Amino acid sequence: MRAEIDRVGIKIGMWLFLYSEIVLFGGLFVLYAAYFHKHPESFAVGGKELDRVIGAVNTVVLLVSSFTVAASITAIQKGSRKLTIGLLVFSITCGFVFLVNKYFEWGTKIHHDIYPNSETLVNGEPGLNIFFGLYYVITGLHGLHVIIGMILLSISLVLVLAGKIDGSRFSMLDNSGLYWHLVDLIWIFVFPLFYLVL
Amino acid sequence: MTATPSFYHQSAPPGLTGIKAWLLTHDHKRLGLMYLGAVFFWFVLAMILGLLLRTELMSQGRTIMGSGMYNSMFTLHGVIMIFLFVIPAIPAIFGNFFLPIQLGTDDVFFPRLNLFSWYLFMFGGLFAIISLFAGDGFPDTGWTFYVPFSVQNSKNVGLTVTAAFILGMSSMLTGLNFVTTFHRMRDKRMGLMQIPLFTWSLYATAWVQILATPVISITFVLVVLERFLSIGLFDPAKGGDPILYQHLFWMYSHPAVYIMILPGMGVISEIIPVFSRKSIFGYKAIVWSSMAIAIAGSLVWAHHMYTSGMSDVSVFVFSLLTFLVAIPSAVKVFSWVATMYKGSIEMTPPLLLALMFIYLFSVGGLTGLVLGAVGTDIHVHDTHFVVSHFHFVMFGGTGFAFFAALHYWWPKMFGIMYSFKAAYVGAVLTCVGFLFHYVPMLILGMQGMPRRYYDYLPQYETGNFLAGFGGYVMCLGIVIMFVNLLRSFRQKVPAPADPWGGTTLEWKIPSPPPVHNFIEKPQIMDFPYDFKGVVEQSQQNDR
Repeated sequence: MRAEIDRVGIKIGMWLFLYSEIVLFGGLFVLYAAYFHKHPESFAVGGKELDRVIGAVNTVVLLVSSFTVAASITAIQKGSRKLTIGLLVFSITCGFVFLVNKYFEWGTKIHHDIYPNSETLVNGEPGLNIFFGLYYVITGLHGLHVIIGMILLSISLVLVLAGKIDGSRFSMLDNSGLYWHLVDLIWIFVFPLFYLVL
Repeated sequence: MTATPSFYHQSAPPGLTGIKAWLLTHDHKRLGLMYLGAVFFWFVLAMILGLLLRTELMSQGRTIMGSGMYNSMFTLHGVIMIFLFVIPAIPAIFGNFFLPIQLGTDDVFFPRLNLFSWYLFMFGGLFAIISLFAGDGFPDTGWTFYVPFSVQNSKNVGLTVTAAFILGMSSMLTGLNFVTTFHRMRDKRMGLMQIPLFTWSLYATAWVQILATPVISITFVLVVLERFLSIGLFDPAKGGDPILYQHLFWMYSHPAVYIMILPGMGVISEIIPVFSRKSIFGYKAIVWSSMAIAIAGSLVWAHHMYTSGMSDVSVFVFSLLTFLVAIPSAVKVFSWVATMYKGSIEMTPPLLLALMFIYLFSVGGLTGLVLGAVGTDIHVHDTHFVVSHFHFVMFGGTGFAFFAALHYWWPKMFGIMYSFKAAYVGAVLTCVGFLFHYVPMLILGMQGMPRRYYDYLPQYETGNFLAGFGGYVMCLGIVIMFVNLLRSFRQKVPAPADPWGGTTLEWKIPSPPPVHNFIEKPQIMDFPYDFKGVVEQSQQNDR
């Protein structure tokens, strides 16, 4: 019905949606703040048990992938399709690397009997239980968002391959990119809160 | 004009026929009507549940159901009324239908997303129905799903909470669509202070929907996770804090009260000037008070929790903030009344319902101050006084605004007029029944009868009997009102383009509107409530 595509409008819609995602995580950060205030010592103990190396690697992986996604959007606007495809494939691979790291990180924790409702946590310090409960909920929800972001990037990739996304029509890629940056942004808050400040 | 086919005869996207033209439509008008159908179903269902509850309470002891059934019933009544009637009613039905028209455009910004929201809404409703019959039946937690009961409860809480989660998504996406439409699709010549007030109120509502809904989403996610994994985030034995659940819950659910009432206020702001033939008093004040309510209303959530054991400082702060919300609400009420002063009033069913709204909403607002003040709230907390208060606001307010909107826009949506006489009878019975129903509850609450109780002491029997009696009168009135509207389909008295003498854009186009709303570019008036033309026209007709 509309004569031309209103790119600004589409972006406004996407930003509003991203805003709601931030508020979604905001609810969890509220819980974090309240419980940190209540059990500061346990949070410090819990934070030391997390692997900073894996966390730091994951942060770098996500930051790099955010850069390559941004670069792919510039590439499509400049008309170099091959570069776009390469950059997207690289970004999606970064997502995979992140999830694999997360898998090993969670795996080790679960191996040490640290998971929701495990014997160690239920019988141990309540504050520690809350810390790891929040850790699993927040990183789990974030992991889910990583997966959604990868699906969105994959759809964009398929559309680029099919020629449906090009230099004049790239809102889908643009918005998937925005979503990926959101995933990155949330991690930028999760990483220090769990791995660094404690 | 008559040559243009209405949106009933032309599908969008073009080429769809039969049921597909509805189920796959992108047309905001068809979607509005599809919401109307769904919401109507839920409203009638929840109304019957409510009536059964009050029948149970009409006499002491067991009357028609057992106590477990009673608990499930009031939960079901609350969940349906809140998530499937009051929240979606005005924005999803009338907002979808009239927001694009009032902005002078042909559809919302994301038409396919709009269709998706409708499917989410239906899907959420379906989940709620499934949770009735699957597993161990519908939860008996009340619509607030407070922990620890909602986590330990063996009933189907998980599924019901998921249903509410999906319905929240639907409501949020509708809000997102409205905000984008408001900014990007508005006629280029229409400035911010030339936008009709109904659209302004929807805009304020949409922001609250976007801002607040994710909080309830994450809260519901946590309830489901707790049920499956027993993390213990709200369990004191495991280091959690149940009061935090209440905070998270009300962080959404109090702003949700304004999601419910703001669109209703918008409807009233349309109806009052049209039937007073007089420009709305304080247009800008009403616009700003909508935004002020949206902002201040997001900061008062903990006034539901005075007795929960949170700190006295918070109680004091939240009480103060609560009183602040009364100011913009009162600005609106005074503006409506001032609009009517020295107006040339024409009585019609929508105006009568709007006047009832003003009265009932005022009572609801004033009893709200009793609850907002800490000292008095401690006395009446969780009593029938609270039940009565929020029904005055939600039903006397939003419900009556919904009825008023139905009667106001019915001719535009369907192109037919209804019988005024039956509408008056229905409206009056509903209002009288309403007062008989809820005023006794105010008194019962003051005397100390708690809410949600299956049985009560002998001294409360008279009040409960009266309330039940009023409930029947009220339902009779509602039935008359609805039957009258439905009968208009049979009588088919055609409605003119502008039966009321309205000035906003929806009255400039045929009834029912054509598929692209405007046949030619609409004239944008300098001020949307300028009745000079309408008054001159009627004076000429008199001569």
